Amino acid sequence: MLYRLEPRGERSLFWSYGSPVLAVILTIITMMAIFSLLGKPPVQGIETFLITPISTASGLSSLLVRAAPLIMIGAGLALCYRANVWNIGGDGQFTLGALAGAGLALALPNGAFWWEYPLVLCLGVLGGMFWAGIVAFLKLRFNANEILTSLMLVYIAQLILVWLVTGPWRDPQGFGFPQSAMFGAGATTPDFGTTSIHLGCLLAPLLALVLWQILARSVLGFQLRVVGQAPRAARFAGFSNARLTWIALLVSGGLSGLAGIIEVTGPIGQLTTTITPGYGFSAVIVAFLGRLHPVGVIFAGLLLALSYLGGDAAQINLNMPNAITGIFQGVLLFYLLGADVLILHRFRRIRPSAPEAA
Amino acid sequence: MNLAYVSNLAISVVAASTPLLIAASGELVAEKSGVLNLGVEGMMLVGAIAGFATAHQTGSALLGVGAAALAGMLIAMIFALLTLSFLANQVATGLALTIFGKGFAALLGAGYVGISAPVLHAIPVPLLSQIPFIGHVLFDQNILIYFSFVMLALIAWFLNKTHAGLILRAVGDSHDAAHAMGYPVLRIRYAAVAFGGAMAGIGGAYLSLFYSPLWSQDLTAGRGWIALALVVFSAWRPLWLLVGAYLFGGITFLSLYIQGLGIAVPSPLVSLLPYVGTVVVLVLISRDARRIRLNQPACLGKYFHAVS
Repeated sequence: MLYRLEPRGERSLFWSYGSPVLAVILTIITMMAIFSLLGKPPVQGIETFLITPISTASGLSSLLVRAAPLIMIGAGLALCYRANVWNIGGDGQFTLGALAGAGLALALPNGAFWWEYPLVLCLGVLGGMFWAGIVAFLKLRFNANEILTSLMLVYIAQLILVWLVTGPWRDPQGFGFPQSAMFGAGATTPDFGTTSIHLGCLLAPLLALVLWQILARSVLGFQLRVVGQAPRAARFAGFSNARLTWIALLVSGGLSGLAGIIEVTGPIGQLTTTITPGYGFSAVIVAFLGRLHPVGVIFAGLLLALSYLGGDAAQINLNMPNAITGIFQGVLLFYLLGADVLILHRFRRIRPSAPEAA
Repeated sequence: MNLAYVSNLAISVVAASTPLLIAASGELVAEKSGVLNLGVEGMMLVGAIAGFATAHQTGSALLGVGAAALAGMLIAMIFALLTLSFLANQVATGLALTIFGKGFAALLGAGYVGISAPVLHAIPVPLLSQIPFIGHVLFDQNILIYFSFVMLALIAWFLNKTHAGLILRAVGDSHDAAHAMGYPVLRIRYAAVAFGGAMAGIGGAYLSLFYSPLWSQDLTAGRGWIALALVVFSAWRPLWLLVGAYLFGGITFLSLYIQGLGIAVPSPLVSLLPYVGTVVVLVLISRDARRIRLNQPACLGKYFHAVS
């Protein structure tokens, strides 16, 4: 071994921000290699993947539409991971939120009250909170591993969705397709003007900023930091771990649920069997890439949203499977996690003459 | 209810349990060495497509199994490199492995949708397969079903009866002590992760070459995660892994069986059973926090960096 890892003894501020940048650069280089392995011109490939999708005004608005759920879920996950709560069931909470809100929207006659839409959103939030609350309850009451329970609840939520849209909630006028009726105008997320940009695109960064302020200024934010970074100190200080776990999961579940209900009442417009292309998992990357910081999450959400658009563009323009999106996201997270070693460690060259392990 | 009917039922349970058992036994060894690899789902998917593609190209299902093991091992090495050499967080890296594996398998498999490949055929064991009932259920199966039992027995023997197994457990329980005694902690962990990857790959190949012998993007349907839950369920003991895998195979089969009966329960709700079952079992097992603490490898998920 020519290089050896050596603890720095402190956190490197430079690398805690430099590591995502390094990871993105390495990911782009790797993607170019993958494009050429697949027989596509690498420069044109990466251009199609990362630049073409946002070179038009409508492309930019699609970017914001895709980023909205990623930012909302990612901000909540960042909160969870700070508290050492490994919620990876964002997709389940997203789906349950969509179902809870959609249930009301489908039950009410169109335009029943002016406050129908706010109520639908609230139910969406509650649905997500409920689904994440199960995880919190099982973790605290029965010590059940939250990684596995939150993930199992993703599959369970998805199957409930499939059951509802193929059974009780199927649109009677839908020619037998597995989908619900379109939501009425009274329960539709409003767009801005003629663009596809909707209320959620505004709400997502706004909520992230609010979360940032709460984390930065409140006692709660301080407690979360201590619990995450020094659990023993938190216990001595008397911070209730159970309370923080509940808060982290309920907030992140609520945000995911909100993302879910906005997605189905906005861009999708009805319930179908697939309402998320894996936003809940991509949001894990968003949270890490954004350094578990709500503001970082906004930028990371935009990049991951771009990877979805890039996958579509590669499929249309380069005739490639859009699975390239998953590769990009996985490779990015690999590099990020690898580069993060530089925050606490440095590479020290071992001179050939010096004896190793002195 | 006649005997033939019961034996068909038993065969279906064996068929549903085997991929869980294979993947979980690999993960058990990795976790015993102190490494928590949450990428089982991703490794299974990569194994499934590697096995399927190889079997399709070469016409040999067995070569497919070999390729699956190799592919699972290679992709596990990414995880090992990051967590063991670059000290990355094991939970996050395991998730990354699953996300990457899903994408990678979908990319490789894009050209294989709707194509068929040679499947694993039953190989009756001479004499033993003649035993009434048991012979048909246990000794007239494909090679991976025998493999799952043989490997589990070997793993149990290795971990509990051999010196090398003792060292592996020592590394998992106290990497500092093992290091001080001169054992190569990282090398042992690399090997354990590679083994886990190979087994997950084979578990995936079982799905694509026998259980539902066609390639589809989400072939594993969460089985990798259920395998992880099984390791917790077993409290890191091989024999209990067998019990857990067959319990879940039974539940999976039950959900298929109910659908087959044509009872008026909507099929998505019946498909919930294995996932709900996983949650219930996790709750029952984890309730006793002390029991988990006593059995879990003490260094599970912690990173090791030798100072000197």
